[in-house]
Amino acid sequence: MKVVVCIKQVPDTKGGVKFKPDGTLDRAAMLTIMNPDDKAGLEAALRLKDQYGAEVTVVTMGLPKAEEVLREAMAMGADNGILVTDRVLGGADTWATSQTLAGALRNLDYDLIITGRQAIDGDTAQVGPQISEHLGIPVISYAQEIQIDGDSVIVKRQYDDRYHMLKAKMPCLITALSELNEPRYMTPGGIFDAYKKDITVWGRNDLKDVLDSNLGLKGSPTQIAKASDKVRKGAGEKVVLDPTASVNYIVDKLTEKHVL
Amino acid sequence: MNLEEYKGVYVFAQQVDNEVSSIALELIGKGKDLAKDLNTTVTAVLVGSNVMGLTEILGEYGADRVIVVDDPELKEYRTEPYTHALASVIEKYKPDVFLIGATAIGRDLGPRVCARIHTGLTADCTQLDIGDFPLVPTPGKEQKHNQLLMTRPAFGGNTIATIACPEFRPQMATVRPGVMQKLPREAGRKAEIEEFNPGFVPNEKYVEIMEVVKAVSNVADIMDAKILVSGGRGVGSPENFKILDELAEAIGGTVSCSRAVVDAGWKPKDLQVGQTGKTVRPHVYFAIGISGAIQHVAGMEESDIIIAINKDESAPIFDVADYGVVGDLNKIVPVLTQKIKEAKAAAGK
Amino acid sequence: MDFTLSKEHEMARTLFHDFAEKEVKPLAQEVDETEHFPRETVEKMAKNGFLGIPVPKEYGGQGCDPLCYAMCVEELSKVCGTTGVIVSAHTSLCCDPIQTYGTEEQKQKYLVPLAKGEKLGAFGLTEPGAGTDAQGQQTKAVLDGDEWVLNGSKIFITNGKEADVYVIIAVTGMVEKRGRMQKEISAFLVEKGTPGFSFGTKEKKMGIRGSATYELIFTDCRIPKENMLGKQGEGFKIAMHTLDGGRIGIAAQALGLAEGALERTIEYVKERKQFGRAIGQFQNTQFQLADMATKVQAAQYMVYRAAVAKATQKTYSVEAAMAKLYAAEVAMEVTTKAVQLHGGYGYIREYDVERMMRDAKITEIYEGTSEVQRMVISSALLK
Repeated sequence: MKVVVCIKQVPDTKGGVKFKPDGTLDRAAMLTIMNPDDKAGLEAALRLKDQYGAEVTVVTMGLPKAEEVLREAMAMGADNGILVTDRVLGGADTWATSQTLAGALRNLDYDLIITGRQAIDGDTAQVGPQISEHLGIPVISYAQEIQIDGDSVIVKRQYDDRYHMLKAKMPCLITALSELNEPRYMTPGGIFDAYKKDITVWGRNDLKDVLDSNLGLKGSPTQIAKASDKVRKGAGEKVVLDPTASVNYIVDKLTEKHVL
Repeated sequence: MNLEEYKGVYVFAQQVDNEVSSIALELIGKGKDLAKDLNTTVTAVLVGSNVMGLTEILGEYGADRVIVVDDPELKEYRTEPYTHALASVIEKYKPDVFLIGATAIGRDLGPRVCARIHTGLTADCTQLDIGDFPLVPTPGKEQKHNQLLMTRPAFGGNTIATIACPEFRPQMATVRPGVMQKLPREAGRKAEIEEFNPGFVPNEKYVEIMEVVKAVSNVADIMDAKILVSGGRGVGSPENFKILDELAEAIGGTVSCSRAVVDAGWKPKDLQVGQTGKTVRPHVYFAIGISGAIQHVAGMEESDIIIAINKDESAPIFDVADYGVVGDLNKIVPVLTQKIKEAKAAAGK
Repeated sequence: MDFTLSKEHEMARTLFHDFAEKEVKPLAQEVDETEHFPRETVEKMAKNGFLGIPVPKEYGGQGCDPLCYAMCVEELSKVCGTTGVIVSAHTSLCCDPIQTYGTEEQKQKYLVPLAKGEKLGAFGLTEPGAGTDAQGQQTKAVLDGDEWVLNGSKIFITNGKEADVYVIIAVTGMVEKRGRMQKEISAFLVEKGTPGFSFGTKEKKMGIRGSATYELIFTDCRIPKENMLGKQGEGFKIAMHTLDGGRIGIAAQALGLAEGALERTIEYVKERKQFGRAIGQFQNTQFQLADMATKVQAAQYMVYRAAVAKATQKTYSVEAAMAKLYAAEVAMEVTTKAVQLHGGYGYIREYDVERMMRDAKITEIYEGTSEVQRMVISSALLK
């Protein structure tokens, strides 16, 4: 059984978001991590490795620095790492990203592809389902449990007030939530081994059956009109009113912010 | 792609168990705004099995037309047949704008549809406008008018981006539930109904639903709560937390507390916010009777909206609160609970 | 000379740091308060390979270098000195002598489960009358047929009662050395549960209160002849070798305590306001922090230097002694200043620096007091 996990290196927002003196986000000062949902997907794949002896390959698209998350995944137990990196792939939106990854995945044998539900820097949750569409395979989003049943996969899938037990024939793509499991730590020895292994690096020309017009900034249907870093708030308003007016003040604010 | 062929604002009228989801009505409401600017109409796309009866409510909330895709294969939500339904509608009717709720269903369906028809999709929008792209005339670049400008938070809400889809149609967005306003219901208002069935032949992309289980909500973790009603020593006694419980219930939130409250034995440790407790990041954080020691603030300062109620005007909590109210929590909180109940009742929730 | 860490070491630090923050820090206060041995943390560390970091893979370890191991103890000790010393005593004082002096059979039987973390290890040298002076040993081992019979006691044993395997130093006879009769000292491997091997009282300590410190009592305790570690009479050499390595572990623990206290103090002085300003804006605070940080950096270089020397040099006694001496004194100084900069809050138990200051004191005492380190260093100078 072969499992491919798509992972992304993202800035760490958990350990406190860093801001520049002007109140905008200081991306350079933030550490990078493996996207949490992707890490849960990797853990799910590694459990399939423990249980069924699955071969686990991790794929990432990004700058050369993204090699780090592949090493991390390998230090956790992934067998192979593939880095897809090329200048022409830069500036991709989810459409172009999913085209790129689909182009890489077409080179591989897989029974299962696992992606995280969404990345914490973009929060789109689009790339997984889009890859599955490009590859013409079924997708099951928001997996909470994964079992293998012969040539099929059975997934508990959460949405809103219910869950579905779904059965899909492999090959199939699953998107994982960070709630799916508690990812294992790397092991110290695994780290040193991971740096002894080779990482496969693919550029544009290694992508299979993808048009140039679907890649990078040029291949992205969506374009950014404006981006601004939200200025960090300091002290807000403070009012001293009688109780009734205080209540009205709060209700007004909640209404204004669509909480009510 | 001839962009001129694409006309009209379409919304996906999500239904679950043959009940129209609130987001469908919100999208119609917002769609009407956009349609006005574009001088066009709003079409709701209703997908399901035996859903014809739901067209009425869509009309009464403002849909000008409802396209009904009704097929037994569409009874429970499944990605493939629903994708086929929407992609077929888009191919046949060629909408200019297509909005989908950013619900669990919508965020699964939207990307698959846009991948199939080759267009862009902007996720989880909180604001939609019609305007020019680029926003200001740029040398060497054609400025297009009447574009859908989709604004969304990213990076856990730390950045805001406005996105356009100038070269592809439809312009698609998923829209965060609860942000857009539905229109007042207009009894008897009728939408034009059109039935459309592209044919559903199960293939290997259809997944089998083995079981559907409606979940029972379990004890809420304060780290998952969207709204936290947090109390400090100022609440005065464990019994008095009742007024916070009531506020939380009214607003749909969860009660949490400061360290002082845990130390006093009023509340268990797993409800404690702060450096020695949990770090939370809800949409709304009520700090009630909490002075705002640095250890507490470290655990909640990333909340989207912080509302503080404290009788001490110099309490440090006011340094981080968006909205600070100086006053007696015992007088304010019960009245606030009452007001919120009234507001919710009025909104028909 | 290159002061940059390899990518592997950087990533290992991230691992140790994440583990410490997530698994160890939340328990640190309670472990101290209730003197609770954090068995659950030990199990997690075992699962993640933290209990056999420098042990070769063929013996169940991780096959990493002593520097990687020292970084693990450092990161754990940043949040919990107790957890740091559990790993240090297990690895340096039990795995290392077996790896260095054990027979193949002993390695398979003892080192493999120790390195995998299935078993925990400890080391017994100190006695009521013999701390620094190893010649003062009273515990005796007498060969009777195919068994050694142990009698005597060991005190202040880290991981006592919790550990499964103990390296025990005992007197096996008298030998003539340079015309004087001296005790012949040998090392043994003793398993918990061996008849005649029991535990005395648990010590109540100032710091590292979660670490189990027990008296070991041997009363006609019979162990198989093949459980002698190394050759008869090699005990002193084994003990000294073991302590050289152990000092690197304790130096790393001291370093971690100093770093942890410095980190918390930096956070605190930015937030704490007096006279309308954050106390970090006062020059006294700034100068104190500068001194603390400089010493911590120097200690780190010395500890890493000693760890690298263990891998690359035949002897590293002086490097280990210097690192331990300096890091321990820095730990005491930095934690004390950290408490001072926290003011009244620094003296109460809710703030970690209070615990760190208590934890730091032991690093100047165990595995050779600072005075012993000075003896080791100066004797090398005057040789």
